[in-house]
Amino acid sequence: MTKRILIIDDEPNIVISLEFLMTREGHEVRVAGDGEAGLAEARRCRPDLIVLDVMMPKLDGFAVLEALRADPDLAATPVLMLTAKGREAERRKGLELGAEAYMPKPFSTRDLVRKIAELLARDA
Amino acid sequence: MIGNALIIGLAFAYLGLLFGVAYWADRRADQGRSVIAHPTIYALSLAVYCTAWTFYGSVGRAAASGLDFLTIYLGPTLMALLWGSLLVKMVRVSKAERITSIADFIGSRYGKSQVLGGLVTVIAVVGVVPYIALQLKAIAWSFQILHHYPEVRMPGDGDQPLWGDTAFVIALLLAAFTILFGTRQLDASERHEGLVAAIAVESLVKLVAFLVAGVYITYRLLNLEGVAPPPSLPPLSPDIPPLLDWLAISGLAALAVMLLPRQFQVAVVENGDVRHVRRAIWLFPLYLFLINLFVLPIAVAGLVVFPDGDVDADTFMLTLPIAFEQPWLALLVFVGGLSAATGMVIVETIALSTMVSNDLILPLLLRRARGRSPPADLGRRLLAIRRGAIVAILLLGYLYYRFAGEAYALVSIGLISFVAVAQFAPAVIGGLYWRGGTREGALAGLSAGFLVWVYTLLLPSFAKSAWLPVAFMESGPGGLDLLAPLALFGVVGWNEITHGLFWSLTANIVAFVAVSALREPNAVEAAQARLFVDVERRAALKRATLWRGSAEVAELRALAERFLGVERTQAAFGRFAQARGIADPAALPADGETVDFAETLLSGAVGGASARVMVASVTDEEAIGLDEVLSILDEASQIRAYSRELERKSLALEAATAELREANRRLTELDRMKDDFMSSVTHELRTPLASIRAFSEILHDDPDLPLEQRRRFLGILVSETERLSRLVSQVLDLAKIESGHVDWRTEVVSLQAVIDQALAATGRLVAERGIEVRQDVPAAPALVWADRDRLVQVLVNLLSNAAKFAPPAAGRVGIRLVAAGPGWRLCVSDNGPGIPEADRGLVFEKFRQSASGGKPLGTGLGLPISRQIVEHLGGRLWVAGGTGKGATLCFELPAHRPAQAERGSDYDQTHPDHR
Repeated sequence: MTKRILIIDDEPNIVISLEFLMTREGHEVRVAGDGEAGLAEARRCRPDLIVLDVMMPKLDGFAVLEALRADPDLAATPVLMLTAKGREAERRKGLELGAEAYMPKPFSTRDLVRKIAELLARDA
Repeated sequence: MIGNALIIGLAFAYLGLLFGVAYWADRRADQGRSVIAHPTIYALSLAVYCTAWTFYGSVGRAAASGLDFLTIYLGPTLMALLWGSLLVKMVRVSKAERITSIADFIGSRYGKSQVLGGLVTVIAVVGVVPYIALQLKAIAWSFQILHHYPEVRMPGDGDQPLWGDTAFVIALLLAAFTILFGTRQLDASERHEGLVAAIAVESLVKLVAFLVAGVYITYRLLNLEGVAPPPSLPPLSPDIPPLLDWLAISGLAALAVMLLPRQFQVAVVENGDVRHVRRAIWLFPLYLFLINLFVLPIAVAGLVVFPDGDVDADTFMLTLPIAFEQPWLALLVFVGGLSAATGMVIVETIALSTMVSNDLILPLLLRRARGRSPPADLGRRLLAIRRGAIVAILLLGYLYYRFAGEAYALVSIGLISFVAVAQFAPAVIGGLYWRGGTREGALAGLSAGFLVWVYTLLLPSFAKSAWLPVAFMESGPGGLDLLAPLALFGVVGWNEITHGLFWSLTANIVAFVAVSALREPNAVEAAQARLFVDVERRAALKRATLWRGSAEVAELRALAERFLGVERTQAAFGRFAQARGIADPAALPADGETVDFAETLLSGAVGGASARVMVASVTDEEAIGLDEVLSILDEASQIRAYSRELERKSLALEAATAELREANRRLTELDRMKDDFMSSVTHELRTPLASIRAFSEILHDDPDLPLEQRRRFLGILVSETERLSRLVSQVLDLAKIESGHVDWRTEVVSLQAVIDQALAATGRLVAERGIEVRQDVPAAPALVWADRDRLVQVLVNLLSNAAKFAPPAAGRVGIRLVAAGPGWRLCVSDNGPGIPEADRGLVFEKFRQSASGGKPLGTGLGLPISRQIVEHLGGRLWVAGGTGKGATLCFELPAHRPAQAERGSDYDQTHPDHR
């Protein structure tokens, strides 16, 4: 079943890899290069899942997550956070703010694909 | 005719009465029921001031010069007004210090000085013995005049044999009386109860005699008939003596009433209760008033009755009753005169003998026994000395009377004597109110005053007695008129007493103050000054702290027993122990307080100065220098200093705490920065790693990927790996620079060469992005002292940044090199988006790149490293120019002076990196 996945990350190469992986799974992929653009895109396209980076220009991942959870239309959208700052405090902060999953960079592509499938299945 | 037997019998009966009174009073005192502990008795005893000189002489003086005689009583009356403070203070000090005489008082005040006490004694003896002679003369005269009753005849030159000379007999009797009642015990500071009682009786007797005679003579004067008054009556003449003389003589008498040895004796030493002074303040002046009430009438009567002038006015008191044929009245007056004379002689002799024994002879004995404990029988020996002194003083007085006879030197001695004792005033009064007086000052003052007194008063009186050439008086020694004894420094027109008083006291005060000012009082003087000046606050004073040394209580007691006897010593030590809360006197600690007590106890017997010497002989006193006193004072200031130090330290501690807090804050900040840096480094490492892992796994898991995609992904892998290695090397580079582990190879570098090298290194990037590079560089080599490779690294960084930010295809990068003051400035500009004002400081922070450029193109460490390098080379790196026109980054380095280059290679090797 095709799902719409929004990738919000400022690292072009990461985005390329994620885009490839999601597309290969048969999903529709949307991309945003910073927090602000990502939030706008999310409101526009109503993705089924959002892959969210933390360290980004303009609006960081935590701020985007808060905004998503505050938006009634997007509050239920599962969010998977990806971050290069693999510290426990940040992981906890992400989960507290309502992220469904949290994965540190560098990540295993297989784990990532499995996790996304899991989240999408739970949602369905 | 009044028979000799009657006169002698009466005199003896009167003296017997005195003995009786004295004996009775002593017995009462022994039984603990003192008869003299009464303010009226005290005031009456002060009337010992009125001697035969008053009794007979006042009338004579009034007959000769009118109201002049009043000055002698005006002064004391005024002085009595000050007794509430001055006399009370003297009494308090003397009680506390067990002062025995005026010599002891002065000696004690100036550091318990024996020399000073001795000098005072000498002055007192020289000044007062003639005065005693005058009393003896008065007695002898009155005896002779009475003897010729009813004939009024002036006594002739006494050619009587020694045993027939009444004065001599009287002198011996008085000596016996004085020895009996004045030296019953050695403690001269204890009151002589019998003596004082006898003196009080004498004062009453002479007052009654004078008043009775006065009333009778006045009555007769008013009822005289048929006698024409003499043409001139000096007592009634309005001729008032010059004001200056009045003031001078009143002042003189005021001083004398305090300082005459006998006055000091009755007013201070014999004082039983300080409160008695209060009654004396009004009762004593009243006494003086009464005794002078009839002086003028008697003088007038005398001049009227004896108009021929062949009767000495000094004898009117006696000759008038004789003229009026009143034998009993004449006898009464005789007894009155006798009482006035004997009272003075007894008290004066006691005072002088105490001074002579304690302040003159004892110090000499002690000096001979220097360092050793005084001989065991010194107490008894001292009593013998005192008795001997009494006899000697009276004999001296008698001899002076016999020798001087009618001479001016004897007749005029009253006031001259006063001036001698007035010399004590600066030392006594100054000592009570001024702390600065020193022993040398007092010695100098007394000596100067005494010498001037001898020169201006004593020697002229000798000259007037024809014992010295009269010419001596008229011109000074060697004909120096300026030094004429009666007109010193050309002062003429003054009464000779006024003149002598003025000069002697002036010399005295000037010497006292000037010499005292030469040095600060030493420890002992300062301690004594405190006791004398601050006697009112005595309770708060602790002298004991000034005593250092070791002592045996038993030895102190043994010493005291020699002078005071076992019984009295035991009692005194018992009281002292009790006062300190110790039951057994033997258990007294041998501390400063006990030694002080023993010394004070002994002072009562031998005087302060001798007591000090004797106590010192049985104790091991460590000399107390001024520095020790100061050290005691210092302790207090040390404590203050210590607390100040503590305060300072706690302030320093506070400061240190603040510093620590600040350091801690900075450490925390640094720690946070380190964490941030680590976090940033981690982030920067993880990001390319994430890409590398993702694409590796994709390539691994998807062997069927189209070739083009596979190549693209492999390209990403390569560039991310490059990024990773660049990052790692830059982090290491930065760490090395920051920790100072870089090997700086500094040398003279031409900036043109650096530019060329940097352009070569960035040539590919510039060419790829199609960027035009413009150079504005002077031809002359711009030399700097730098590490060539590092400088190339900086410029490469700046150029690649510029190339990255400049728009592709239309990009332009400018290099501009100019001289700037003492150095060279190199700027690299681009036509990219520029750096916003707010970010200009941030670009030099690690991993911070201007956000405006979109996704950062570098590692974020290039500019921080560049800045570190430039600053290390003694220059600076900054963002210049505004936005819009692109970014301009400049650095400046100090120019290398050719002069430095010429110094050679040695210099180059040792040249510091920093400049």
